[in-house]
Amino acid sequence: MLRHLISAADLTRDDAVLILDTAEEMARVADRPIKKLPTLRGRTVVNLFFEDSTRTRISFEAAEKRLSADVINFTAKGSSVSKGESLKDTAQTLEAMGVDAVVIRHGASGAPYRLANSGWIDAAVINAGDGTHQHPTQALLDAFTMRRRLVGRDAGLGQDLGGRRITVVGDILHSRVARSNVDLLHTLGAQVTLVAPPTLVPVGVGSWPCEVSYDLDAVLPKSDAVMMLRVQRERMNAAFFPTEREYSRRYGLDGDRMARMPEHAVVMHPGPMVRGMEITAEVADSDRCTVVEQVANGVSIRMAVLYLLLGGNEPAVTHTRTEEKSDR
Amino acid sequence: MDTQDTQNPRQDQDTPRSGGSGPADARPVLEGPDIARVLTRIAHEIVERAKGAEDVVLLGIPTRGVFLGRRLAEKLAEITGRTVPVGSLDITMYRDDLRMHPPRALARTEIPGDGIDGRLVVLVDDVLFSGRTIRAALDALNDIGRPRAVQLAVLVDRGHRELPIRADYVGKNLPTSLRETVKVLLAEEDGRDTVLLGVKQNP
Repeated sequence: MLRHLISAADLTRDDAVLILDTAEEMARVADRPIKKLPTLRGRTVVNLFFEDSTRTRISFEAAEKRLSADVINFTAKGSSVSKGESLKDTAQTLEAMGVDAVVIRHGASGAPYRLANSGWIDAAVINAGDGTHQHPTQALLDAFTMRRRLVGRDAGLGQDLGGRRITVVGDILHSRVARSNVDLLHTLGAQVTLVAPPTLVPVGVGSWPCEVSYDLDAVLPKSDAVMMLRVQRERMNAAFFPTEREYSRRYGLDGDRMARMPEHAVVMHPGPMVRGMEITAEVADSDRCTVVEQVANGVSIRMAVLYLLLGGNEPAVTHTRTEEKSDR
Repeated sequence: MDTQDTQNPRQDQDTPRSGGSGPADARPVLEGPDIARVLTRIAHEIVERAKGAEDVVLLGIPTRGVFLGRRLAEKLAEITGRTVPVGSLDITMYRDDLRMHPPRALARTEIPGDGIDGRLVVLVDDVLFSGRTIRAALDALNDIGRPRAVQLAVLVDRGHRELPIRADYVGKNLPTSLRETVKVLLAEEDGRDTVLLGVKQNP
């Protein structure tokens, strides 16, 4: 059983569609005068953030509160972690407090997996982004946004993204969003093309279920959705391209390029955007850009994931990864 | 919709539907024409009790309560000559037995445009059993608005209440034992209209 959500690759097609369908109903709660459901009353969720985040943390917190869970926020800054406490000791502290779920963001790839499978803790673990590895709820909310825009709100129920062509542009090398999206979109039947300067394409991309191109203009007319990624300067320890101007000229999305996309195609961005770098203000503010929608959809997706992992006596989503049992 | 505790699982939701037929030894207690007559009677009772049904909003509880709600709305429109707002109210997130089962798929909540504030809400469900579904529905309504009053219409009341809840409009009172199952089949979902009374397969 899926007790944890660590990687988008762990989800089967049916699991993913169930999460999207559940999120569609959760989205309707946002339209009500009282945006709250009693479903997770008495359950405690800790948001354990070792890395900076605005929208993901706020989004998870909103989702947890709308489901009536008790929320504890933990940021590494100003905690015992800055005094040198290990992940294990932090985890055991939380376990002693009787926590039901841990939402973790960590700079080290694999930290959520370690937390879930080490036996330190009984709580469900939800990965809110680990290093350059995975960010599964982001991939789910992106898929949700695409399904709503490309298939339709009600028409989309029960449907996957079969046959849709999705292009992901930018800093693939450092992007957990790209990795999660490739895994999930492939599971949902979409064809993914990655576009980036050769220096920002990771080694081993040949084994990913997607195609790679270095020519944005050739790919744009064949795309149903174009996802622009931020160039992650904070993870860069070398020069990956000559100048920002050259990057943005070859891989940035401006009005002219957007005009070459099919009529129905949408522009997506996981945020935060750097206007003038990977995306121009003209594109970012256009109707075809779904950035604000993605934020709203993030709350619905996270509500769905929390409900499906914590709402019953056992999770509704099956797990494909065999969980290590360790001696505690 | 079903509501049950572990002792009284109602079968209509939890067992896979086998092409619209019930258990082998299930016998029909209401057939298609009976169901139509019963709904017509309930519609007239609603008009009578609500003095013209001007502020009535019908909310069906998924799955089969929604179809019954729509049918009632049609009958009410025939009687009063006005369209009656009809919607659906999913109670899954308000159930008191959530922690006893894996999470269930959610159904649609569709509140008619004018809302329910100050209106007479008539909840519609197929079978009234423990009363726990209706408790959950009352909680759900609380988060959506403040009706003038709430009433309950059910196709079958099979008894065995576990909460102080009763129906205002009952299609058929069906005395049952806890070993029996009541299964409502409707054309919209199951291809035919009937109510089957059977015996629980696995005790």
